[in-house]
Amino acid sequence: MRLDWELARRGYRRYAAYPAATVAGLFTNTVFGFLRGYILLALYRHRDVVGGYDSADALTYVWLTQGLIATIYIWGWQELALRIRSGDVAIDLARPVDPLRAGLAFDFGRAVYHALFRGVPPILFGALVFDLTAPSNPLVWLAFALSVAFAIGVSFSWRFLYNTSAFWLLHYRGATVMAMILANLFSGFIVPVAFFPGWLKAIAYATPFPAMVQMPIDMFVGKTSGIDVVEALALQVFWLVALLALCRGALAAGVRKLVIQGG
Amino acid sequence: MGDALAVYGRLVSAAIRSQLQYRLSFVLDVVGMFLVASLDFAAVLIIFHNVPRLGTFSVGEVAFLYALSAMSFALAEFVVGHLDLLNEYVRTGTFDVMLLRPRGTLFQVVSADFRLRRLGQLLQGVAVFVYALSVLDIHWNAGRVAMTLLTVICGAVIFSAVWVFVICVVFWTVEGTETANAFTYGGQFLTQYPIDLYSQWLRRLLGYAIPMSFVAYFPALYVLDKEDPLGLPSFLRFSSPLVAVVAVVFAGAMWRFAVRHYRSAGG
Repeated sequence: MRLDWELARRGYRRYAAYPAATVAGLFTNTVFGFLRGYILLALYRHRDVVGGYDSADALTYVWLTQGLIATIYIWGWQELALRIRSGDVAIDLARPVDPLRAGLAFDFGRAVYHALFRGVPPILFGALVFDLTAPSNPLVWLAFALSVAFAIGVSFSWRFLYNTSAFWLLHYRGATVMAMILANLFSGFIVPVAFFPGWLKAIAYATPFPAMVQMPIDMFVGKTSGIDVVEALALQVFWLVALLALCRGALAAGVRKLVIQGG
Repeated sequence: MGDALAVYGRLVSAAIRSQLQYRLSFVLDVVGMFLVASLDFAAVLIIFHNVPRLGTFSVGEVAFLYALSAMSFALAEFVVGHLDLLNEYVRTGTFDVMLLRPRGTLFQVVSADFRLRRLGQLLQGVAVFVYALSVLDIHWNAGRVAMTLLTVICGAVIFSAVWVFVICVVFWTVEGTETANAFTYGGQFLTQYPIDLYSQWLRRLLGYAIPMSFVAYFPALYVLDKEDPLGLPSFLRFSSPLVAVVAVVFAGAMWRFAVRHYRSAGG
């Protein structure tokens, strides 16, 4: 536990070391928030409610997703794939700490930094210009915080999983791009899953991706409430455990393959 | 000028040849680009699953805007997309080497690469264009055909000029590259939709001051023979070439100003 804590602090500090990059990213996330906000607002010229969202819900959705971009690292990441390709992963494996656990701890540290400095500010900017909704019940805030934490874990394990494809594929970039596209579409990051046509919605909810974006947001705007909140949190935990198990299996298989090549 | 073009042609053909060496990698990258670009259009289709029109625009009309914007942006990415590596040139000192060579710095940076894998994005724009033509009933004549072709070129020039202009931020802060994304990728995102959806301050900033509305919106009103929901004068529909020229002049001036200001980290 002490080790996890130290690794998380390293994750935090690594990103805290580049404040100008944070400001630049924040600026871009905010500009996109305005663009997406006005586009979705245009839907409400024709209807009062779309997919169960009124205009305030839709705007809140936009700003929460803009805040989640960096927090859950939706654009993806190839660090592990690059280390596998270069062979540096051998160093990670030689360390007296499990790479999956170390990665998760480090990523939580990173996510705390990004949540504070790239997650919260765009939502505040959005709230200055638009009428957003916020839960009045402190329990909902608590559930939302927990749900975001699970979302970070699901996102990390998904990123870790597709990075392990580099053990087998020379062209791991193709796999990472496909993985990023799936996560963007089915998580509800681009458009709320509630706006999807029925068949696409059914596909989305059969995947782990809504657990990264849509589930925490639906708690925040009150589309998931009461006992459904517990169910949603349980579903997130299910996906987190399932993906971590897949990561574990992929890593073990990858390491066997790596040893064969190294031998 | 002719000489510069010859040098550019040779450098770019070398860059393209090297990218084609790894044929499978290249094909997968192109397919990946096509799919990434399709995400934005998936959003358009999902939105129109819920409403018949966005403002006064139908799905075909938004697809038309989207296609013009996507094709222009892909062409601009071919030529200047690798400017996002400028911070690396500055950070590693490669830019200092460029200052010593007997060619313009912008020319050297631009001719350093050619992102052929953006072909995927161009093809996606073409696919959406074909879709738009299949659902729209455009009364084509010579003027509209010429305007459509000219718009794709002018749009690419405007995107490229904006790219050069905003990437200059790197000369002041090396970590600031992502600020430029707000105007380049943000500009592309903005032009995919009719600009009357945005609030006035956003239109003024990104639509006119950064002249993104001339990439697709105004010329498309002419081709689609559509009334402007903003009620702006109709000469704007024919202004994109002029705007493109002005944008290039501004971008060039900004680049020269930034390079004069630039101080190497090497002291």
